[in-house]
Parts: sequence; structure tokens; C-alpha cells
Amino acid sequence: MNGKEDRVLKIKTIKDGIVIDHISHGRAPDVLQILGIDNQFKDSVTIAMNVPSKILGKKDIVKVENRDIDSNEINKIAIIAPNATINKIRNYRVVEKKKVTLPKSIVGILRCPNPSCITNKEREPVRSVFIVKQKDPLVLACKYCEREISGEDITLSITT
Amino acid sequence: MDWNKKHIISIKDFSRDEIDYVLKKSALMEEKLKSGETSSLMKGKILANLFFEPSTRTRMSFEASMKLLGGQVIGFDNASMSSEVKGETIVDTIRVVSAYSNVIVLRHSVEGSARLASEYSEKPIINGGDGANQHPTQTLLDLYTIQKEFNTIDNLRICIVGDLKYGRTVHSLTNGLENYDVKLRLISPMELRMPRRIIKGLREKGIEVEETTKLNLRDCDVIYVTRIQRERFPDPQEYERVKDAYVLDLKTINNIEDDAIIMHPLPRVTEIKPEIDNTKHARYFEQARNGIPVRMALLCLVCNVKF
Repeated sequence: MNGKEDRVLKIKTIKDGIVIDHISHGRAPDVLQILGIDNQFKDSVTIAMNVPSKILGKKDIVKVENRDIDSNEINKIAIIAPNATINKIRNYRVVEKKKVTLPKSIVGILRCPNPSCITNKEREPVRSVFIVKQKDPLVLACKYCEREISGEDITLSITT
Repeated sequence: MDWNKKHIISIKDFSRDEIDYVLKKSALMEEKLKSGETSSLMKGKILANLFFEPSTRTRMSFEASMKLLGGQVIGFDNASMSSEVKGETIVDTIRVVSAYSNVIVLRHSVEGSARLASEYSEKPIINGGDGANQHPTQTLLDLYTIQKEFNTIDNLRICIVGDLKYGRTVHSLTNGLENYDVKLRLISPMELRMPRRIIKGLREKGIEVEETTKLNLRDCDVIYVTRIQRERFPDPQEYERVKDAYVLDLKTINNIEDDAIIMHPLPRVTEIKPEIDNTKHARYFEQARNGIPVRMALLCLVCNVKF
């Protein structure tokens, strides 16, 4: 296999689906988890990790055929990959391109890791709310119990 | 300054101006209390004391405060007295009780319960302690005690001793002190050090923080002591090793500043020996007394009662 074919394989285009680019390096598996893609998924999935990037140094890319993405999933991706861009592909063409944005508060996406937090009590009419205290690196604080979370704890708190 | 807070949930919700305003109004309330001018300020109003967790000081202090203001008090001091045992949510309890009262003090072991309650209550909610999270009126009375003693909080050297890892009181106190220009010395066993994120936050605000495991009480204006709880140690031997290292007695306070004060949120167990009670430094019982004017002021502020 020559170098050109190799490159073609890496950047193989998809007919319909989504391309998530500029994922913070090492985070592609977390993106797949957010999208609920596991070994039962039938369509083609391409993952590129540690790809050289001018902006990020290194980045991950995920391409999924025949899959759309909703705003809830985009918000989750924003938490673990704040620079990601979402490209929607129809008939080999990018029909929509947008950068994820981290909202000031994140509602209903994370489960508070504090078992004593009111948001983990059954039957109370409450959704989790996390306030973004710091963007880089990301630090979030539960609006209710005020517990701050960062790093891997954030990834572990994303509800699937 | 116009008071715009309906609920008292967390000391983190307060700006320095707001804390200063509460301290000023508390001092005014204390003067009015001495001259007997408070007994009808809350006449015809009802405080609901909802204590899902046992408490003596906080509950009785709020009750006494409301009565000194001429108001009435209803409530319970034990979750078994509430409808929670029948499965009622906190939110439903609050909705019902807010129809019976003008202001609610809530203590619950679940963290964030007061914040959630404030989202559903038509009446002001005062957080009387939500688990390990916040106890804002304790912090305000702590700050009031310091302010009353020194007539300032700025430029003071404050030393905090004990369980700095789990202690709700000391976390809230440092949150409050962040608003002032103070120097902090934090004394604790290594296992019970102040969480790193709090230290980082303090330093970012320009506060000089010294951490040590040695009970060095020299060169401090305020010595704030807290209890080290046995249940915090997985290894009982470890507890036995450290517990006596942080006991204040006449010998350990021998070299403290002449006008230094010793505070404690109480209850104390062994960490301050009774022999200190009668020294000029002891302020912990006065600190508990200061809860009255501070809570009286807060009750009036949230109920929009002018004084």
C-alpha cells in the first residue's frame, strides 16, 4: 500500500452521517460512548486518534455513517471536547457545520457524584444543574450541593 | 444598600457589601435588643423551624430570635415528626409549610436541600445547615463576632485549627473570609487538610495562606478551633495519635497574642480545656450568644421588616 492510498483510507468520506472533528486528543472513545455507539452498531464508524492539529497540537476525529446528532448529545460533547466541531454530511457534502459551545450552566446532563446531593434523591422534582466555574481546564460546580468536579470526574458523571 | 435577598442559602451568594450590611444591621439589632425595642418587629408573623436533623443551638437560637421579635414559632426538631416518614418530598413539605408561615428555617442532611426548597417556596428560606454543605448563619455570626471584637475583619491574622477537610463550618468561614484582606494559618493533621480547591481559591483571591500540622498559635488575632471527629479516621489508632495534638490548654495558649480571641462553633468535646473558659481569650460562648442578634437581623431582612 503506498502513502497516498494510506491517506485516502484515513480520510475516507462518508455519504450520510456526522463528522466530529477537533475532539480533544484521547477523547474519541468518550464521544462514542456519548453517542451510544458500541459493538452492536451496524453502520461504519471511523475513529482517528492523535492526529496532528495546528490548533490543538493533537486531535481526535470521529465519523459515523447514517447517524444524526441531537442538541443533548452536542452539549455532552462540549463538556469533554470544548473545541469540537460537528459536521452533518448529506450525500457526501457538508450541509451543516457548527462548533460546540459550552453553556454557562449544564442542565440535566451530568449526575452529581455526591451521593448526598439532593439531585440524587428519588422523587424530588429536580434536575442536575452544573455551573461552569472555569473553562480551561473545565471545573464545574453543582448548583445544589456546591461540590466542584473536574477532569475525569466530569467524564464519569455524564449520564448515558 | 437595599436588601434584595429573599433566601439565605449559602455564604457564597453574598458579596462583601452584603456581608458587611448584615454585620451592620446585626449590631443595630443588638443595640435595639438591649433597649427593648425589638419585641413587636415581627408581631403577627410565624417562623417555621423545619429541623429534619437534630440541632439544639441553631434551632433554639432561631426560636429565641423570633420570640424576641414578637413572632410565633411552629415546626419540628426531628424527621420522625415530619411527613417525610410517610414519603413526602422536601419540596412538597416546603410548599405546604410556606402556606402556614412567613419564613422557614430548614435543616436537612441532604446537601442542596435548602437551594431546592428556595426554588419552590413562596416564603423566604433560611438554610439552617444542609448536610456537609453550608450553614450560612453560623458563618455570619462568626464574622460578626470577629468584627465586634476588632471593629474590622481586614488585616487580621486568623488561625483555624482542627478538621479542615470535612468541617462544614470552616469551609463556609473561609468562603466568607475570602471577601476580606486577611492572613490565614490552617492547622490540621495531614489527613484532614483543607481541600486543595479551597486553598487554590483563597490564594487566587490574594489571601496569604500558611498550612501546618503544628499547633502554632503565635502571632494570631483569631484562633478558631473545631472538633476532630473520630469517625473521620478509618484507622482508630491514627485518630488516637492526632487527637491530643490539637488540644488547647493554658500551656498551649501561653504565648498567644495578648488580645487574641479563641472561637469555636460548639459543641466542643476535648479540644478546648475548660480551664480556658475563664481566660480573657475565650469568646466561644459569646460567639453563640451573637447568633441571636444576627439571626434576628436576618429574619427581619428576609421578611422585609424595617428596623
